[in-house]
Amino acid sequence: MNLQAVRSIYVFEMARAGRTLLQSLISPVISTSLYFVVFGAAIGSRIQEVEGVSYGAFIVPGLIMLMLLTQSVSNASFGIFFPKFTGTIYELLSAPISYFEIVLGYVGAAASKSAILGLVILGTANFFVDLHIQHPFMMMLFLLLTALTFSLLGFIIGIWADSFEKLQLVPLLIITPLTFLGGSFYSIDMLPSFWQGVTLANPVVYLVSGFRWSFYGISDVSVVASLVMIGVFLAVSLGVISWIFRTGYRLRP
Amino acid sequence: MSHETPLAPERAASSDATVDTPVDAQSENPGAQPAPVIAITGLSKRYDSGFEALKQIDLEIQRGEIFALLGPNGAGKTTLISIICGLVNASSGSVVVDGHDSVTDYRAARAKIGLVPQELTSDAFETVWNTVRFSRGLFGKAPNDAHLERVLKSLSLWDKRNNKLITLSGGMKRRVLIAKALGHEPEILFLDEPTAGVDVELRRDMWEVVRELRNSGVTIILTTHYIEEAEEMADRIGVINGGEIVLVREKAALMRQLGSKQLTLHLLTPLASVPPALAHHPLTLAEEGSVLVYTYDASEAGDSEHVSISALINEIEAAGIRFKDLHTKQSSLEDIFVNLVRERP
Repeated sequence: MNLQAVRSIYVFEMARAGRTLLQSLISPVISTSLYFVVFGAAIGSRIQEVEGVSYGAFIVPGLIMLMLLTQSVSNASFGIFFPKFTGTIYELLSAPISYFEIVLGYVGAAASKSAILGLVILGTANFFVDLHIQHPFMMMLFLLLTALTFSLLGFIIGIWADSFEKLQLVPLLIITPLTFLGGSFYSIDMLPSFWQGVTLANPVVYLVSGFRWSFYGISDVSVVASLVMIGVFLAVSLGVISWIFRTGYRLRP
Repeated sequence: MSHETPLAPERAASSDATVDTPVDAQSENPGAQPAPVIAITGLSKRYDSGFEALKQIDLEIQRGEIFALLGPNGAGKTTLISIICGLVNASSGSVVVDGHDSVTDYRAARAKIGLVPQELTSDAFETVWNTVRFSRGLFGKAPNDAHLERVLKSLSLWDKRNNKLITLSGGMKRRVLIAKALGHEPEILFLDEPTAGVDVELRRDMWEVVRELRNSGVTIILTTHYIEEAEEMADRIGVINGGEIVLVREKAALMRQLGSKQLTLHLLTPLASVPPALAHHPLTLAEEGSVLVYTYDASEAGDSEHVSISALINEIEAAGIRFKDLHTKQSSLEDIFVNLVRERP
């Protein structure tokens, strides 16, 4: 195991976030705060409690999840896309490191960044609403697993994309709509029964639901189902990545 | 550039004797030849597009030599280097780097190799220092700032260590790429078109750095289409064309064997034609009869070359032709190269 290399990639990637602090930390915090002001305070004050939780507090897990998914994907995809774009990937491919170590470095850094961001947003939310977390351990588990899984997805997108447009395509056209429709801002009980059924096909529902359960003990689907879904995501992402590395897809012609 | 400090001091101290063995001696006595530092066997590459970039390449690189790989654009130079360094998967064949298979034992193989790519790529927003440190870490080497300082100083980059790469000129970026490769103390250094687009002064500086590296025991493989570069630097030359190695020879032997020579005599009085007494020699007149040119193949002439030339001069004098000056010219590597590539399209 070339731990030195993993460490180098990890530090390099974390330093990149440090250089772009405005983009990587402050901007998501500001946009989340805006959600709280608009949905939590302005509109939320006119919305009744959801299963005993004020609307402002209800959306906190969904908002964190929204940021976690989008930031994990964009961080990890950019991290591997940029060396491909500039050509510096030659060094990564010629170095004595395994694919596993490459993934560990890049995905580890991306997941760390979005997990830290998630916790920062949680801290920010605390300013706006009265928060209490019923299952802090499970909350951390959901946070870390989601950050990891979606960083893996981002890594795949970064390898697949051969243009900046494609890099933005999946986050904008798939991740964001699925997250908005995944119960971030509402309980799926609020939907007509037909749409409740459709919504269950949206994988993000399971993530948001499980995460919300760790806060308030309320959920749209069972916690076990949520954990299983994350496990399935993780397995699929790992499967695709191992296929990419086995075939050299878009990396080693 | 300053050259106060060796670039690879650790290895210089422990470099084995083969480093100093003249390459000529090695190849003239195959029985005593040490194991090659890189052994390429039956290497082929066909891209998904169907393009066959390499066809059954067999090549051995000797430890401590400077090997120049010459070839026209699209000949397969970069593909060959890319396979050895792990950037491209081979379709068939094997590469063994100092006893380590480049696929099954890639860690050990790649750890020995430093690559300076042809394209000037850089992490635009990183500083010189950070990018060189990153390279060293990537190759699994523990931080050694003293070594990196030596490398940067030898490449005249020390003053620029805190500059962002995006602010550097093309020549400086090229030096950074070399520094990144040297940062992890490779035993084998690949330079893919190292002086493409580099001005004359920097090119000479780089040659100096390359020589210094070789002296410290590093094996150097460079691709180039500047013939002058191969002629100036290389111990051995390989010519690749259409995905095949068409020739591998020591530079001196290559030039000795393949080069034709010209003896030029500047005559005191111009001639209208070559006198019949000299007609059996390949003589031509030039510059309106004031220059007599004798073209001969140095490889065929061998030791008898001097005899035949002195005989020729005697005959010329006997024919009453007086000359005020004479000089000989050996064909350059460029002539040899052009002939080779033209012969085997």
